[in-house]
Amino acid sequence: MRPFKYSRSGDINSATQMLVVNPKAKFLAGGTNILDLMKEDVERPDELVDISRLKLMQVGMITTGTNKGGVSIGALGKNTDAANHPFVKENFPLLSQAILAGASAQIRNMATNGGNLNQRTRCSYFFETSMPCNKREPGTGCGALEGNNRLHAILGWSEKCIAVHPSDMCVALAALDAVVKVKDAKGKERSIPFTEYHRLPGDTPDKDNNLNPGELITAIEIPKNNFAAKSHYLKIRDRSSYAFALISVAAALDMDGSQVKLARIAIGGVSHKPWRALEAERFLVGKNTSEENFLKAAEAEMKMAKPLEHNKYKVEMAKRAIVRALMELV
Amino acid sequence: MTEETQKPDLNEDEKIFEEYLREGINDLSEAGLQRRLFLKQMIAMGSGAVALQMLGGSQAFAHSLLENPAGTSPDILENGVKVAFKINGAQKSLTVDSRMTLLDTLREKLNLTGSKKGCDHGQCGACTVIVDGRRVLSCLTLAATCEGSAVTTIEGFAKGGQLHPMQAAFVKHDGFQCGYCTPGQICSAVALMTEAKNGEASYVTADLRSKAKPVQLSDEEIRERMSGNICRCGAYPNIVDAIREVHSGKDVAQHWQFADDNSQSV
Repeated sequence: MRPFKYSRSGDINSATQMLVVNPKAKFLAGGTNILDLMKEDVERPDELVDISRLKLMQVGMITTGTNKGGVSIGALGKNTDAANHPFVKENFPLLSQAILAGASAQIRNMATNGGNLNQRTRCSYFFETSMPCNKREPGTGCGALEGNNRLHAILGWSEKCIAVHPSDMCVALAALDAVVKVKDAKGKERSIPFTEYHRLPGDTPDKDNNLNPGELITAIEIPKNNFAAKSHYLKIRDRSSYAFALISVAAALDMDGSQVKLARIAIGGVSHKPWRALEAERFLVGKNTSEENFLKAAEAEMKMAKPLEHNKYKVEMAKRAIVRALMELV
Repeated sequence: MTEETQKPDLNEDEKIFEEYLREGINDLSEAGLQRRLFLKQMIAMGSGAVALQMLGGSQAFAHSLLENPAGTSPDILENGVKVAFKINGAQKSLTVDSRMTLLDTLREKLNLTGSKKGCDHGQCGACTVIVDGRRVLSCLTLAATCEGSAVTTIEGFAKGGQLHPMQAAFVKHDGFQCGYCTPGQICSAVALMTEAKNGEASYVTADLRSKAKPVQLSDEEIRERMSGNICRCGAYPNIVDAIREVHSGKDVAQHWQFADDNSQSV
């Protein structure tokens, strides 16, 4: 690992300012992703600003404003604590389930909620510094495009990058219309709708998300909803635990009698960002909850899919996963 | 106590090492004295040349001798960080390179080699230790971030010569073959007992919305919750048996037994 300076920051302002003063500095929270990438020489910060003890750990009901009755999840709380918080389990079990589907108990005990959003792709060409990668080194090309792309994107990819976002938690957050609260070095706050937080690769795959330099995630908010009774996170992977998703589906329904009032579906393992399946959702509104309708919804979404040489299976797998996740709610 | 009074006497060959190591050997870390004994043994085994080569070639080894935890001041290390934490109940203060992981600190500076380096990338769980009551991966934890923490490693479980119940259960059920992943498995399993008691859920927990606590661990639950610890020998069924026994408090039949005199004579 290359040498770096280790700094501890006492508060949010000094932490964000440290990143403005030194553009080569990075935040250190749980460390589960950045330290791994530094060992691989993929990330090369010359300073790590330890933010892990900033007071941004609380999880609780939002009592004022537009998201009243929803939940606020502190960016520096641990994944384990968010998943097991009684208010989250009771009202947003989809989020708990998605978090618990990810990584291992040890890693969830270390990884923070904000860090989960900012984790980088596990594309092996991104990790292997002898390979070309536009995400790691813009302009060098994409090794995966003509390489082994079994685990790569089928939706929203570009010639520059076909990597997928690795998070499970983020798939649930995309489905639940979460909002990312961020703060910059001047103390200015803004809210980013979750589906606009991560980016499609386009021509700039080196940018994973729309966070500005020096901005720090302070919290993630989920508005109140009626999905708790009917929601399910389904994850399909090469082994039954402790592996990244080939395909995952976060599904939730809000019913009006026998008809779907609102549907929320997001898919993981298919794109550079958690993929909100808006076509499928639209199809389901006003429909009955039959397997046939679920399949039609899945097919409507997957019409857009453009599989690569080794991941054609993902299109069919995604369809079946959508149907299976929705059938869990019936 | 001075280092001099503790030094074993060195013969001519061993003095070559002392000369070779110069200042390093005078700044013995806690590990140092045992390294000296190790050197004596290497020479006794006729492996002096190999040992010398190892020392010359291994920057990390030489480095760890020079980086004496008690004596080194932060300005000798580029990016040195002073950190103090409790390890198995004992308070330790040391200066580490900012890059040093908790795992390397335990193994190379504190002579606690129970925690193992498997993959060093958070994929195998061999380095699992308990920090402030939570199981974590010491290979992805910087020592510098452990200021004020309480760390428990496999060395911290046995009390007064008595194995921890989880250690005893792993022995009883043969929950290992080569043993390399075992310290991590046991740290993980001990922490799992607390997590189950606290009602923490897993991906296979049927109803997240039920408030029942503590969680009763089925074999499926144990397997899911232990999935962060890989065992290349495949001792999983026996590991599950050991954990089930400790969790349930009920004897689980073991699948093996020591050969007795009769069976040996057959």
